[in-house]
Amino acid sequence: MAGASEKKILKPLKNFPMEEYINSGHRACQGCAEVLAVRHVLKAIGPDMILAMATGCMEIISSPYPLTSWNVPWIHVAFENAAAVASGVESGLKALRRKGRIPDKEITVLAMGGDGGTTDIGFQALSGMMERGQKVIYVCVDNEAYMNTGIQRSSSTPFGASTTTSPAGKVHPAGQMTWKKDMTAIAAAHGIPYTATACPSFYTDLIKKVQKAKEANGPAYLHILSVCPTGWRIPPEKAIQYGQLAVDTGVFPLYEVENGVWKLSRKAKALKPVTDYFKGQGRYRHLDEKLTAFIQEKVNERWERLLKLCGVELQTEDQA
Amino acid sequence: MTKPMDHITWQEIEPGGVISEPGNASSYHTGTWRSQRPVYDVDKCIRCWRCFIMCPDAAISPDYENNRMVWNFDYCKGCGICAFECPVDAIEMQEEGE
Ligand SMILES: Cc1ncc(C[n+]2csc(CCOP(=O)(O)OP(=O)(O)O)c2C)c(N)n1
Ligand code: SF4
Ligand code: SF4
Ligand code: SF4
Ligand SMILES: [Mg+2]
Repeated sequence: MAGASEKKILKPLKNFPMEEYINSGHRACQGCAEVLAVRHVLKAIGPDMILAMATGCMEIISSPYPLTSWNVPWIHVAFENAAAVASGVESGLKALRRKGRIPDKEITVLAMGGDGGTTDIGFQALSGMMERGQKVIYVCVDNEAYMNTGIQRSSSTPFGASTTTSPAGKVHPAGQMTWKKDMTAIAAAHGIPYTATACPSFYTDLIKKVQKAKEANGPAYLHILSVCPTGWRIPPEKAIQYGQLAVDTGVFPLYEVENGVWKLSRKAKALKPVTDYFKGQGRYRHLDEKLTAFIQEKVNERWERLLKLCGVELQTEDQA
Repeated sequence: MTKPMDHITWQEIEPGGVISEPGNASSYHTGTWRSQRPVYDVDKCIRCWRCFIMCPDAAISPDYENNRMVWNFDYCKGCGICAFECPVDAIEMQEEGE
């Protein structure tokens, strides 16, 4: 039993920095995995950063004037221009460094926005940032709706989710009737050095990806699924589990695109049925068998396309 | 410590609305939101860190001296993630006030 008793001594945690850059005392809902995603991302980057953040839940919960939860330099910008402001910060730092006004040390510039702030209103600023090749890490914390203003649909809301502006009912039995915009593929199509999807439920993977983004020779885009118990209508304690299910059902696959090379982040095992993920989420409660089958088909199709892009074949049970 | 909003006059506001005291929102105690409290069983705990890693409020920390995890109830909102995610059920949620 030497192994077991050895395990019971609290040993320092590896590859998970202890420093907190978003302080306790923030006002995110109980069980918010969006703020957990932010907590993990900042840990992976370390103290030398400047963060520009679009409005949205993460801004509202962290900065009720005159208080701030941020332990790093943080700029609250408008809804649409996090990427533009971060671009300016990056250029400004370059100029100051060149003139010798600031020490010549590396400072990571980060831009962050919700799915509304990224896939809708901040899209153009983000595209410009990537196209100009600015050395900024853009992080989209995707909770799949405009949560801060009361659960309105965005172009990142998945087909079949009920929101206050895509309510499931007699007229539109599915709720949201458009497919989730594939923002990660759009970012990759800009030809930037690093793009990836991540989820705090898989924190080791997330941290590795943030560190890769930091080392990238140019813009990096990270799309992070951020479970929102309030908007998804799930019990707060299950936030981590739903993130796992989103990945395991193929609804939100984890992958990266590094210098044009697509790579799956986990073994290509058979997917769990989407119903495993939908079950217990209030936003999907109205889905009947037909709609579920329709979604399952699309998830399979996208999964197969992704496997092809990554050049991998599905592993069967006994291979895995 | 920073004054509450309604005690600040406009002359005291820094240009650009700058807040120059990092992390001062910790003066706000989210622990008052809690209706359920995580109760820790140190004998069951296998020191895997999962609760610490997954807490959205950074309300759990290590105590190496006493070889255990500790909870900061000034900030714990009682979401139940730590209890749900603990692989050995070393944390149990209990109604506050019981
Ligand atoms: C130009 C503009 N339009 C609308 C708003 C109101 N607004 C603030 S946050 C928000 C929603 C944010 O949604 P998202 O980006 O997904 O972030 P989340 O709150 O979900 O984290 C909206 C509509 C605004 N601040 N500015
Ligand atoms: S609404 Fe959702 S994303 Fe926003 S703070 Fe609450 S749980 Fe987090
Ligand atoms: S109940 Fe939630 S807020 Fe409290 S310590 Fe556990 S994970 Fe953190
Ligand atoms: S998750 Fe459970 S076993 Fe792991 S450190 Fe926390 S209390 Fe201990
Ligand atoms: Mg959102």
